[in-house]
Amino acid sequence: MDEIAAAFSAALAMILGGDPELVQIVLLSLRVSLTAVVLAAILGLPVGAALAVFRFPGRRVLVVLLNALMGLPPVVVGLVVYVTLSRSGPLGALGWLFTPLAMILAQTILITPLIAAVARQSMAELWAEYADELRSLGVGPWRTVATLLWDGRFGLLTSVLAGFGRAAAEVGAVIMVGGNIAHVTRTMTTAIALETAKGELALAMGLGILLMGISLVINAGAYLLGEFARAREAGAP
Amino acid sequence: MRQRRILLAAATTLLAALALPATLSMASAADRFITVASTTSTEQSGLFKHLLPIFEKKTGIEVRVVAVGTGQAIKLAEKGDADVLFVHHKPSEEKFVAAGYAAKRLPVMYNDFVVVGPKSDPAKIKDMKDTAAAFKKVAAAKAPFASRGDKSGTHLAEQAFWKAAGVDATAASGQWYRETGSGMGPTLNTAAGMDAYALADRGTWLSFTNRKNLEIVVEGDPKLFNQYGVMAVSKAKHPHVKDKDGQAFVDWLVSPEGQKAIADYKINSQQLFFPNARQAGA
Repeated sequence: MDEIAAAFSAALAMILGGDPELVQIVLLSLRVSLTAVVLAAILGLPVGAALAVFRFPGRRVLVVLLNALMGLPPVVVGLVVYVTLSRSGPLGALGWLFTPLAMILAQTILITPLIAAVARQSMAELWAEYADELRSLGVGPWRTVATLLWDGRFGLLTSVLAGFGRAAAEVGAVIMVGGNIAHVTRTMTTAIALETAKGELALAMGLGILLMGISLVINAGAYLLGEFARAREAGAP
Repeated sequence: MRQRRILLAAATTLLAALALPATLSMASAADRFITVASTTSTEQSGLFKHLLPIFEKKTGIEVRVVAVGTGQAIKLAEKGDADVLFVHHKPSEEKFVAAGYAAKRLPVMYNDFVVVGPKSDPAKIKDMKDTAAAFKKVAAAKAPFASRGDKSGTHLAEQAFWKAAGVDATAASGQWYRETGSGMGPTLNTAAGMDAYALADRGTWLSFTNRKNLEIVVEGDPKLFNQYGVMAVSKAKHPHVKDKDGQAFVDWLVSPEGQKAIADYKINSQQLFFPNARQAGA
């Protein structure tokens, strides 16, 4: 019980203290995960919509594959990205290993399938509703994908938030490709792993509380933005 | 429709503003730095946090430490992903040099290992001076023992003690012998949680706070000596390696100034690492 109380007071002290090292860690976490989410959404949303709309041989296999990839273990992604970006690997010359770029790459790979799979599900439902109308209007396939993405954008928010959640929460991939280097690649999750390793359980849990708080704020912000946009739309002529 | 566009534009701008410049600035932030592959004991004991600012201030070379087990650190350096290797297992280090990955290994400092265990001491090994004999008693009592199990320097040292004790501990893996496959801190957390014995480096033990029932049971055996070595990765194997800046860090560590900085690092007025760069054969 003492440890839990100590964790909350550690979290409170961190928030009130505004320690520059902690601020750096939080900002890096947000930059890495948000950049990965933006990239993964740019890649994943059109793929999800296309899988919902187009009929082609092998589509079902792709859907199953995508669903399975939602369960990609972060540590496996980390290992593959590490081997690829290692100086002895195919992309070693880029010099990305142990930099935030490597972490962004790993998280993008990790969450693109998740965003695409969840997007495909909500797009498939929308497509069932729209199919006849769009067909009768003679709308071309790519225009159809764009229309679905736009009209279903509120539903897509969920897939993007799920992607953000997975990116912000994972430690296995970023610790392997980032190296958990102080001031360079230390994120909230890798800092929690390090503090736990040092036996500083209260500090580690305090960081965990802070991470959950930040995640809550981002999700609440996204929810409110969605509601606001929906209300604007309903009110518009 | 127009409002939609405005909203979309606003959202896109916001995301772009947040994500992209950050990415660019991260890419260019790296000007002069070296990457050091080292062990969890040096990082988790707080030594690097003490040493690096002194070196960085003097030379302007930023030192980025990737702290993993000795086995993994050597692998990283062999693959060319580090400029300097700073670990603690002399036979592996000499192999690294012999294979041509580094020109020379230099001794830097030592600390010692300690055997920690629960206060109840089920194997009755407290204050023994012969580690191998103590390990033998642990095995005979089938008392829980938490091993790193990760090919780290500490794990290799532990295996040497089991060998000296004539015990095949891995045969009891999953029974009284528990291989955590993780760093020193997590292994101590595990040992504290299950009242197990464990071999730890003194630095990590001193800075470790979640001890619960654990205390030092065996220390002072000359065989518990733990030597650290450092070497700059050679350009011969990996042309991109920053050998000059890497060598500057190595040279500083073994210089009188670096050696003094190592000796100055204390936790609760206890010195953690003892510089010995000038000791022959270390």
